[in-house]
Amino acid sequence: MQSLFKHRLFWPFLTLVLLLAVDATFNPGFWSLQWRDGHLYGSIIDILNRAAPLALVALGMTLVIATRGIDISVGATIAIAAAVAALMIGGDLVIKDGVAQRVAHNPMWLAILVSLGAATLCGLWNGLLVARVGMQPIIATLILMVAGRGIAQLMTDGQIITVYYEPFFFIGNGFLLGLPFAVYIAVAVWLVLHLLMTRTALGLFIQSIGINPAASRMAGLPERLITVCVYAFCGLAAGVAGLVISSNVKSADANNAGLLMELDAILAVTLGGTLLTGGRFSLAGSVLGALIIQTLTSTIYSIGVPPEINMVVKAAVVFVVMLLQSAEFRAAVRGWIVRPSAGGAR
Amino acid sequence: METQVVLEARGVTRRFTGVLALSNVNLQLRAGEIHALMGQNGAGKSTLIRVLTGVFPADAGEVLLSGEMIHPASPAAAQRLGISTVYQEVNLCPNLSVAENIFAGRYPRRSAAGLWRIDWPRMQAEAKTLLTRLNLDIDVTRLLSSYPVAVQQMVAIARALSVKAKVLILDEPTSSLDEQEVERFFAVLRQLRGEGMAILFVTHFFEQMYAISDRITVLRNGEFVGEWLKDELPPNALITAMVGRELSAAAGRNEAQVDVSGTPQLAAQGFGRRGTLQPVDLALHRGEVVGVGGLLGSGRTELARLLFGLDRCDSGELQVEGRKVKFDKPAQAIRQGLAMCPEERKHDGIVAELSVRENIALALQARLGIWNYLSRAKQKEMADHFVKALGIKTADIDTPIALLSGGNQQKVVLARWLATEPKLLILDEPTRGIDVAAKQEIMNEILALARGGLAVLFISSEMDEVVRVSDRIVVLRDRAKVGELPGNSSEQAVYHLIASGQN
Amino acid sequence: MKTNKLRLDSRFLPLVGTIAVFLLTFGYGSFAYRGFFSAQVFLNLLIDNGFLLILGVGMSFVILSGGIDLSVGSVIALTTMISAALIEHRHWSVWQTIPLVLLVGTVFGAFMGWLIQRFRLQPFIVTLAGMFLARGLCYLISIDSIAITDPAYVVISEARYALWEGAQVSVGAMLAVAMLVIGIWLAHATEFGRTVYAIGGSEASALLMGLPVKRTMVLVYTLSGFCSALAGVVFTFYMLSGYGLHAVGSELDAIAAVVIGGTLLSGGVGYVFGTLFGVLILGSVQTLIAFDGSLSSWWTRIVIGALLFVFCLLQRAFENKR
Repeated sequence: MQSLFKHRLFWPFLTLVLLLAVDATFNPGFWSLQWRDGHLYGSIIDILNRAAPLALVALGMTLVIATRGIDISVGATIAIAAAVAALMIGGDLVIKDGVAQRVAHNPMWLAILVSLGAATLCGLWNGLLVARVGMQPIIATLILMVAGRGIAQLMTDGQIITVYYEPFFFIGNGFLLGLPFAVYIAVAVWLVLHLLMTRTALGLFIQSIGINPAASRMAGLPERLITVCVYAFCGLAAGVAGLVISSNVKSADANNAGLLMELDAILAVTLGGTLLTGGRFSLAGSVLGALIIQTLTSTIYSIGVPPEINMVVKAAVVFVVMLLQSAEFRAAVRGWIVRPSAGGAR
Repeated sequence: METQVVLEARGVTRRFTGVLALSNVNLQLRAGEIHALMGQNGAGKSTLIRVLTGVFPADAGEVLLSGEMIHPASPAAAQRLGISTVYQEVNLCPNLSVAENIFAGRYPRRSAAGLWRIDWPRMQAEAKTLLTRLNLDIDVTRLLSSYPVAVQQMVAIARALSVKAKVLILDEPTSSLDEQEVERFFAVLRQLRGEGMAILFVTHFFEQMYAISDRITVLRNGEFVGEWLKDELPPNALITAMVGRELSAAAGRNEAQVDVSGTPQLAAQGFGRRGTLQPVDLALHRGEVVGVGGLLGSGRTELARLLFGLDRCDSGELQVEGRKVKFDKPAQAIRQGLAMCPEERKHDGIVAELSVRENIALALQARLGIWNYLSRAKQKEMADHFVKALGIKTADIDTPIALLSGGNQQKVVLARWLATEPKLLILDEPTRGIDVAAKQEIMNEILALARGGLAVLFISSEMDEVVRVSDRIVVLRDRAKVGELPGNSSEQAVYHLIASGQN
Repeated sequence: MKTNKLRLDSRFLPLVGTIAVFLLTFGYGSFAYRGFFSAQVFLNLLIDNGFLLILGVGMSFVILSGGIDLSVGSVIALTTMISAALIEHRHWSVWQTIPLVLLVGTVFGAFMGWLIQRFRLQPFIVTLAGMFLARGLCYLISIDSIAITDPAYVVISEARYALWEGAQVSVGAMLAVAMLVIGIWLAHATEFGRTVYAIGGSEASALLMGLPVKRTMVLVYTLSGFCSALAGVVFTFYMLSGYGLHAVGSELDAIAAVVIGGTLLSGGVGYVFGTLFGVLILGSVQTLIAFDGSLSSWWTRIVIGALLFVFCLLQRAFENKR
């Protein structure tokens, strides 16, 4: 039983279960699943679908945090990816053989490729600033966080670009074997990452770099290369998330796309048990964290509290998680709860 | 003559989550005396000092200042009571000026009319006066970082004096000083002693301790062993007190000649870096141990770093087995069969939260690359082998390395490099901060490795170690090579070469 | 004596560099555009960016101590929102509102500072959470903007004081300059300021030297919170409304101003005076873009990001040389 408590995923899992329980209490039809329009339908499916883009960003963020870094520009990257895709696809009305059709400006596969490429470039930029120039990650990514959104706004001239091309909607709205396609994307990325981390030396290297970069360099680890790659992947993951999001809402809004995603992603990672100071990380934990956050949003909604309170609640949760991860806090709490016994022993 | 006891620790005990760091320790510092605190690593010297200076309180026992019990709650409080400390790493702020460092926290102020603002001119004048007392005439408005460590140490002492200290505690103050600077430092200490200051001096340099101290207290495993006048405790007795047993004579050196006729494993010609190391010529052969002798700051670690690719050379060339090579980063050196155990174990060596198994596998894995992953079973096999071969004391190979003692951590780092099956091993201070027993084990291992065909470059600040284990000694002075001596030279011969600067 | 001069230069080099960049920027504008070179254009820099200068003073102390505060822009928004709600909905007077919002900002900063110090949390995550908390509180008060029509506010907002013919300043500009002077005095004449520098140089050393490190750490963020609130007051006068989307990105602007002003992000090195020039440079860039007229407003964000990038690069080069 002891080892169950000690398992790293225990507390995140328990939190999720508790939240689901609260949700189910206030919302009697919460667990109900129906088969409609050829796919599964229900609150649970909703949560999974909405959590997918957050899970993607959180997965990318996990590796960055593991190397002792941070990336607060993911929201801007999402906006850029969405803008590029929307602009490249668009969807003009064309009459062919008497039938009105929506045709894309460019082949969809090309648009997706360029969009993901742009996102990866953003991540690469961050990675180079951190690894080659030696900037603090918070500052390096802060630059892109604001300048990047400006770039996205420049591209779309501040307007919302609507996409009319049907096939594009499948990414964020489609269903495969009854489950949302977006969930498959997230699971696939998770699986690939998991294999990379455990079947290759990447997992060991990333942890080593996060714990002691100097010793890692001396041991011959290609730490600069890995750092750059980790940020580049984070950008790529944000790009995929951007595609899912823009496909879901069938448009790209440079002002609001991905707004506040940074905090959500960081929160998901820390909820999942990865420490902000880097080192050991947990991909499963981050996915759990994303599910927790999405369930939290849905719980707030179902209780009947106004959605504006969402931001405040999330900030509060960040505070609580931070405190719990702090050794000083745990020691202080122990000091309040447990009165020291006479004799000065522990 | 009975001098007055100024600071006393009586029955002091201190625990850290299950470890008994100090148990019933006594210490008496007298006015006008230099008192040495001796003990091996882990004996409790640092802990005792932290209790005396208010970093944390004792769990049991008392601390008395001039006969009255005190409970300093912080270093600031201890300072106010008149207890000042100078640490091994100069604990001042490099980005502030010398004057400000001396008076930080007790700034001279202007009057109410001047809104009690800091009086900079007065602060600088008083700082200059204090430093003159220590025979130091420097510009006090310059940043502390613009002065060498020896001067910074003096500034630290000046700060201690400015608080009208009655007790001066010095924790390993001479580790970064060369011989001349140590002499100047001791002159200041003698002067302060003459003025009636009670001084506590912690060091692991035997010679220095005997040169300056009046009284010695020895700690062992957190316990108080005894207090003696210096003349009552000759070196053998001191070692026995510190270690608890008679040290056996060190293993004799293997007198077998090493074959140096073939192509050297590593050869350097005119190899150097401006400002760091003047061009040197060096050759290392398989099967020989080449020691590097020199004082602090002579360029030993710098030489190692250049050879291993941590720093880039800008003159000369390097050859491995006759082939010309250039190292821009350690990964390249490793590929050529080099390995290096760094000087700063904690900073450059161990990866704290990773397990012993992962630490050992690290360098080999780095050379194999990302895709060629050593399976967990293979890692376990490797770790088990080295735990046995080097006698690493650990509960389990999956224990985080941070939980091991210094000596065992060093063995793990050594294992990491041996796992790459190097042809040349550079060891930079491999026995620093390690207890005597583990030191012996590591030294024996080094000899065995060399006899097994490894080329070894051995750097140590303990000259007796260098002399004992090397087949050849390269002597450095002031960032340049001044010559080479055969392995069975005496310590005097090496120092003579350093002093004279020529063979 | 020659060595004296060299030594002076190396310590003040970043500051000299910043002033030079400002003169260059302003000079370029004066050459390229008619009407640029005038006292009023210069003073408008202070009028339009007064709030940023106040933010910069607070941020200077935070960065000098080795930390960072990402919540400053959000606290400005919160200040405008609380002010607007109290004035328009509860009919409070100016003199009741301002002390209250200043108190709110100060307490907010103190709370974050306490968390950071007491539990050794990382400043960027605590202030990042604070950033979202403050804006969230804004939305709790009102989702839409609240326009301020209170006559006292309008009077203060429009008040102009003539320094000489053709040169006017606003209340906000004067408050900003006052805060700058206070900031410089704090940094050089008080124990608090010197302790901030010491902590930025080496927190461990500062502790062992007996400096009041814990108290100062909390005070640094408290000061930043106060400055954010004061900047919010100035911003309220400037915009005459309360809105949750006010001052988005101001934290980056403040950090940029401090960095461009010559303060190292690693802490311990820099001058509050330099932040003034950092703000002036940012303001000049904005004015240049406005004078040009052909570039859209998105460009300001991008240019500021670019400037910050360049100065960070220079800082790294400077640090490597030392």
